[in-house]
Amino acid sequence: MTSSHRRRLSPITQRRLQVFRGNRRAVWSLWIFGLLFIVSLGAELVANDKPIVMQYDGHWYVPLLVDYPETEFGGFLPTTADYRDPVVYEQIADNGWMLWPPVPFSYQTLDRDVQGPVPSPPGSRHWLGTDDQGRDVFARVLYGFRLSVAFALALTIGSIFLGVVIGGVQGYFGGKIDLIGQRLIEIWSGLPVLFLLIILASLVEPNIWWLLGIMLLFSWLGLVDIVRAEFLRARNLEYVRAARAMGLPSHLIMRRHVLPNAMVATLTFIPFLFTGAITTLTALDFLGFGLPPGSPSLGELVAQGKNNLQAPWLGVTAFVTLSVMLSLLVFIGEGLRDAFDPRHILTASRGDRPAAIPDSPRQESLP
Amino acid sequence: MSDKRLFELRRLTIRFGAQAAVTALDLHVDRGETVAVVGESGSGKSVSALGALGLLPTGTDIEGERYFDGRDIGHLSPRQWNALRGGQIGFIFQEPMTSLNPLHSIGKQLGETLRLHQGLRGEAAKRRIKELLTQVRLPRVEELISAWPHQLSGGQRQRVMIAMAIANDPKLLIADEPTTALDVTVQQEILALLDDLRDRHDMGLLLISHDLNLVRRHADRVVVMRRGERVETGPTPVVFDTPQAAYTRQLIDAIPSGRPAPPEQDGETPLLAADRVSVAFSRPKPFLRPRPPAFVAVEPLSLQLRKGETLGIVGESGSGKTTLASALIRLLPASGEIRFAGQRLDTLSGDALRRQRRGFQIVFQDPYGSLSPRMPVADIISEGLRFHHPELDEATVAERIAEALRDVDLPPDCGDRYPHEFSGGQRQRIAIARALILKPSLLVLDEPTSALDRTVQKQLIELLRSVQARHGLAYLFISHDLAVVRAMAHRILVLKDGKVVEQGECEALLENPQSAYTRALIDASSLSLP
Repeated sequence: MTSSHRRRLSPITQRRLQVFRGNRRAVWSLWIFGLLFIVSLGAELVANDKPIVMQYDGHWYVPLLVDYPETEFGGFLPTTADYRDPVVYEQIADNGWMLWPPVPFSYQTLDRDVQGPVPSPPGSRHWLGTDDQGRDVFARVLYGFRLSVAFALALTIGSIFLGVVIGGVQGYFGGKIDLIGQRLIEIWSGLPVLFLLIILASLVEPNIWWLLGIMLLFSWLGLVDIVRAEFLRARNLEYVRAARAMGLPSHLIMRRHVLPNAMVATLTFIPFLFTGAITTLTALDFLGFGLPPGSPSLGELVAQGKNNLQAPWLGVTAFVTLSVMLSLLVFIGEGLRDAFDPRHILTASRGDRPAAIPDSPRQESLP
Repeated sequence: MSDKRLFELRRLTIRFGAQAAVTALDLHVDRGETVAVVGESGSGKSVSALGALGLLPTGTDIEGERYFDGRDIGHLSPRQWNALRGGQIGFIFQEPMTSLNPLHSIGKQLGETLRLHQGLRGEAAKRRIKELLTQVRLPRVEELISAWPHQLSGGQRQRVMIAMAIANDPKLLIADEPTTALDVTVQQEILALLDDLRDRHDMGLLLISHDLNLVRRHADRVVVMRRGERVETGPTPVVFDTPQAAYTRQLIDAIPSGRPAPPEQDGETPLLAADRVSVAFSRPKPFLRPRPPAFVAVEPLSLQLRKGETLGIVGESGSGKTTLASALIRLLPASGEIRFAGQRLDTLSGDALRRQRRGFQIVFQDPYGSLSPRMPVADIISEGLRFHHPELDEATVAERIAEALRDVDLPPDCGDRYPHEFSGGQRQRIAIARALILKPSLLVLDEPTSALDRTVQKQLIELLRSVQARHGLAYLFISHDLAVVRAMAHRILVLKDGKVVEQGECEALLENPQSAYTRALIDASSLSLP
């Protein structure tokens, strides 16, 4: 927007915000999800196998950020100190103090002092028990949640960017560009995504970037159709034609006049992309074609739950985590969809059933 | 109550929530009589008819007494309503394009009404359908029975709608703006048909319209409504000749009048010169067959427009008016030579064309669609200015915005508001301000007044004339309404099916039209009023 001195929200946006705020379930879901995500962003401060800060021999150390060799604390090996090692632990405890996170395990910490066989049930030491390798389930869920959400977020943003640009160009220019583009997309969408991922898993060591890249190659396809349809519709709106008559270049018209129309459909699509990305990542991990072994992943936890039916806390934890996360997202998506639905706006602002009233101004001009 | 009285409303009040759409309306229709309800948009004329017959959605609050054929219809069950509507009361709606189901043939849709209300089937139904289609003077009745709605023109569809409405010999026919969506030349025929049917079947006709010209010719009595209230009522000649209420006078006087100031005569090159410009759209090529010839929307034609002059382009819908204008300002591809201010326009493209665009601007018909609902007015107006003159600072831009708003008689401080806060007429002023801020020398006005009420129309025409006088603008004025064109144009070009029917000086052409087509257009406009 060129204007700098007028920044108040357009009336349409205001009305949408109002409708969204009116949907209490969606607002609560958004708050809870936001809170969970923020907590998981600081996962290193919540669950870690290193102290956050410590004092040794009167000096300050921040093991969370800096790797110190063991020799620093009177050990023998020049490698990074293992603060959970009894020798190092006692050495430091004698000569200073350590501030530990509430859960003193990271997602890949093997707890050697665990009582009884692994997987061990929930208790005061491991809040949600351990998995079959003696790793703390709570820490893994926390890191896994963060990874899933971050993955879904990156995938969604990437898909929206690609989908809007490609769909927008096709819809706005139409004609041959549209025709050829649509045929290419049809061919492209015929490729089997999961097979490609499985083949890839046997060729390279799949890390999160590989997965993101491959998924990104295909996840924008669903968005193109909606964006293209919106652009096709909007390019003949009178205010778009007016802008063209004014001599504005195509990229400005697309960004300023057509895109806001297309964003409505795009935004309602976001929750679906998001949940889709999370479930796909989980499914791949469950099958073993996903993230490299040892990564904190919810899919791997599901697989462990399946393999260790005698340890129900694994399966139950995975189930609860996934269902809470996906339900929250669905509720938020529902709120978004209603907020962007013009008919719903009528209902919400009038308080009765939407009605077609003759001689009334059209929908945009209603107060 | 005399048995002549067919339909009567007493103190009808309709409310949507707290908002009253119609207040204490008294109205009656006798047998064999046409009563017209007139008023501007939003005056409650349609709502009162729909509400009285229970066609408004539930939740609407309706009070008052309603009688039909001596029977109280205030408390009918849905089943009784259905028997009444479509049986004894027929409806004709405004939009013939959408009121027929596109998936059923004409015969099937007509047959359905007959079956539901009269139990007619098979041959009997078919005979009756043919009879009805003949009654509404449709040609080739045999073929029409199996025709689909999309194969008919707008006027023909409206005739089918009328046939459906009169299929069950209704006593009352309600026509809600029956001709607004139709071409002017078709309007007259449809209304003549309605008059004829009314006389033949001794029906009552309730005509809802905003078109005073039409009402004056076809109605026996008039009810003038304003903001849901009855302002005046009486026999048509009395109301039109000696209107009692100031509002009625205002409505009658609102027929555009006056003439534009004569353009300055200078021997310069014309501002816009088109030489053999034509527009053709290629049709899709069927598989394995040669491509059919292109559809010619505008046949080669030449025209010239001088500085400060207005050229009116007249014709009914589909005659190529808008296509021609869009081609002249290079919004559509065309062949032929176009010169703007002496420079070839048809050879320009890309950046060079975009830079030229500030010299010619366009104002569209629909004031609701032509302004982005997401931008405040100041941004809408200044968008082109900021692009073409990025060197201007904020203060200068603000000054130019205020100047443009003053030019169209809007308060300069309304720039922070959004389009939805303005009325149709005000929005059209904003659209004009957006065009004027670039200081163009040519303005294309594509039916700028036809979406507006008569009173607003008149103000806008006066504004356009004063803007023209002040800035020496040339107008390309597109309209189907000759009354409006006469008030605006110096010269007129009459188009039909993409061909020029005739052209010439405005007054001379209107006084002495050479073609039957032009005469029909004149007849259909309010110009023909004595």
